[in-house]
Amino acid sequence: MFESLTERLQGVFKKLARKGKLREQDVDEALREVRLALLEADVNYQVVKRFVGRVRERAVGVEVMKSLNPAQQVVKIVHGELTTMLGQPGRLDLSGPSPHTIMLVGLQGSGKTTTAAKLALHLRQEGQRPLLVATDTRRPAAMAQLEVLGRELEIPVYGEEGGSPVAICAQALERARKGAYSVAILDTQGRLHIDQKLMGELVEMKDRVSPDEVLLVADAMTGQDAVRLAQEFHQQVGLTGLILTKIDGDARGGAALSIRAVSGVPIKFLGTGEKPSALEAFHPDRLASRILGMGDILTLIERAEASFEEEEARRVEEKLRTATFDLEDFRQQLQQVKRMGPLSQLMEMIPGFASLSRQLPQEVTDQQMKKIEAIINSMTSEERRNPRIIGGSRKRRIARGSGTTIQEVNQLLGQFRQMQKLMKRLTFGRVDISSIFGT
Amino acid sequence: MFGKRVQQSLTRTRHSYFGRIRGLLARGEVNEALWQELEELLIQADVGVGTTVALIEALRERVDKEGLRQARAVREMLKDDLKRVVTFSESPRCREDGLWVILVVGVNGSGKTTSIAKLARYYQDKGRKVLLAAADTFRAAAIDQLKIWGQRLGVDVVAHQPGGDPGAVIYDAIEAGQARDAEVLIIDTAGRLHTKYNLMEELKKLRRVAAGRVPEAPQEVILVLDATTGQNALTQAKYFQEAVEVTGVFVAKLDGTAKGGIVFAIAKELGIPIQYVGTGERLEDLAEFDAEEFVEGLFAES
Repeated sequence: MFESLTERLQGVFKKLARKGKLREQDVDEALREVRLALLEADVNYQVVKRFVGRVRERAVGVEVMKSLNPAQQVVKIVHGELTTMLGQPGRLDLSGPSPHTIMLVGLQGSGKTTTAAKLALHLRQEGQRPLLVATDTRRPAAMAQLEVLGRELEIPVYGEEGGSPVAICAQALERARKGAYSVAILDTQGRLHIDQKLMGELVEMKDRVSPDEVLLVADAMTGQDAVRLAQEFHQQVGLTGLILTKIDGDARGGAALSIRAVSGVPIKFLGTGEKPSALEAFHPDRLASRILGMGDILTLIERAEASFEEEEARRVEEKLRTATFDLEDFRQQLQQVKRMGPLSQLMEMIPGFASLSRQLPQEVTDQQMKKIEAIINSMTSEERRNPRIIGGSRKRRIARGSGTTIQEVNQLLGQFRQMQKLMKRLTFGRVDISSIFGT
Repeated sequence: MFGKRVQQSLTRTRHSYFGRIRGLLARGEVNEALWQELEELLIQADVGVGTTVALIEALRERVDKEGLRQARAVREMLKDDLKRVVTFSESPRCREDGLWVILVVGVNGSGKTTSIAKLARYYQDKGRKVLLAAADTFRAAAIDQLKIWGQRLGVDVVAHQPGGDPGAVIYDAIEAGQARDAEVLIIDTAGRLHTKYNLMEELKKLRRVAAGRVPEAPQEVILVLDATTGQNALTQAKYFQEAVEVTGVFVAKLDGTAKGGIVFAIAKELGIPIQYVGTGERLEDLAEFDAEEFVEGLFAES
């Protein structure tokens, strides 16, 4: 839906000189685009203003590096500044005597209960003995939800029907102490930051249990309101960190920057799916790319890893790295790629492919995929391993076998060669910035 | 009666950005600074960059053409334009004969189940016999949650085991609805991110299952959107519309936001009618969306 920032900046800079220092007027022109990109990513208006001011200071007069054009230079500065502003990933601070307590707070529907279960699983993997505590007595079946999740993970859940949440917390801590649990995770009821009564209750809970961590669970899709939300929760309850959920959607996640900017608390985790294991560390550089709509090859690779068998993924990654990925592998992956989502959307994540994917309606791309499969299926395994041997008569046979034309077979072979070239340009694990921003 | 509730749930919105727009356009003359500020305020209200720019361009054009100078005149024009954006021809209305099937969809945590309870109550108040279908067999305790609402409302809930096939639930629910002479069947589905290909395909299948039992079903497909969602709401609406032909939007948690501008972006860019708004935590906190009332509510004094 959105053009990537790089593409837009390329447009701005097309008219300008390619080398030399970044002039004030060029930077201002570019920053207009930056501003729009951030606003479209739901970064709060005031935060955008401050951010753009900072970038401007840094960018004016900067020498354009040899390997970059001015647009890339600006993007590099913006990306760097954004990464800095997003801050380093925070870790849970569970020093001090156990049992530790972690309190999860947030709006209705932000994903607190799911996150509580994920956090419990994560902590158990870290060698802790977690106890889940259900304190949401208000939402129908909220307690049952946590109990089901706890049962699946074989992590005990403490809860009581009725009774005040504050009292439940106190009893839960008692239970944690007696049961030699090392950490209690308190799932609280979702509440509006403007609901004085419920916010007061949260303060009371906090005073009662003095938690080690108070984590705001916020939906990555939150709009301009993120700032107020973070301010209120932070001022009233005192946050120690942020967990951004539903990041597996396609929201650009500008709310993270807003929340970080007004509260100053670190982002500690990202919720990346519905499974209990879908809790991940936060990488400021990746989130920065995402907010700027620059494509996110690393996320793409991670998604691929999640859909593929782990061992299989390692093999594929190795093949991609060494560019020995052949049509046989390609065919095997097609099925699995389908599991990752529509092709057009996957292409959005590949830098430079975003504009291409927008030109293709989704049905076309998926149709295309069927055709590609048919063509590859009509090849012998030798041809798949070594497409170079495919000459005229082989092409005719493949086209006939797959119900396509020779042109289409040619097209596929051409595209495959392109892809191999692209693969060679990407350094996995660490993104080579110039190749990503290159046109 | 509905009017008052909408007014109340818009209190925050009215007191923040739209209130400031009202103030900005209350007096003085039209100048560049005014346009700039208006743009800033609309964007901050989640109206979105595209819709904001389009709105302002149209206003500027008219102001120039008609030689208007007063900011007040701009305010009336803006109100009219906003109303036009969210005005739609009649959305499908529940008919008297046969089973009216409503499929409710949305991303995780948007407020589907609560909104369904409100819808059930809404139809009960109209004297309709309502049946609920618990087709969210995925999320832990989602079925329990719907059953509890059912008990509170005195409405039957058709449910299978957790992890069961949601299509089968719908099949049974329609059968039960017909057998028990229910008039309105509301189907709860599992929350899904619009980017999950397989889950969206599943939704298409659910639609087909319903159509297989009652030819014109589901007569309504309601997308529940969280009012605090930003620009991603647009993408959500677009994907859901493509998958299951959304007939209307239910804006949930309107009372929790100071913005609500996303309503305009969705209406303008996707042309999907806004049908209901959730205005609070209680069952009766539902209002039919009314363009006139909504926009007037945003700009009202106090």
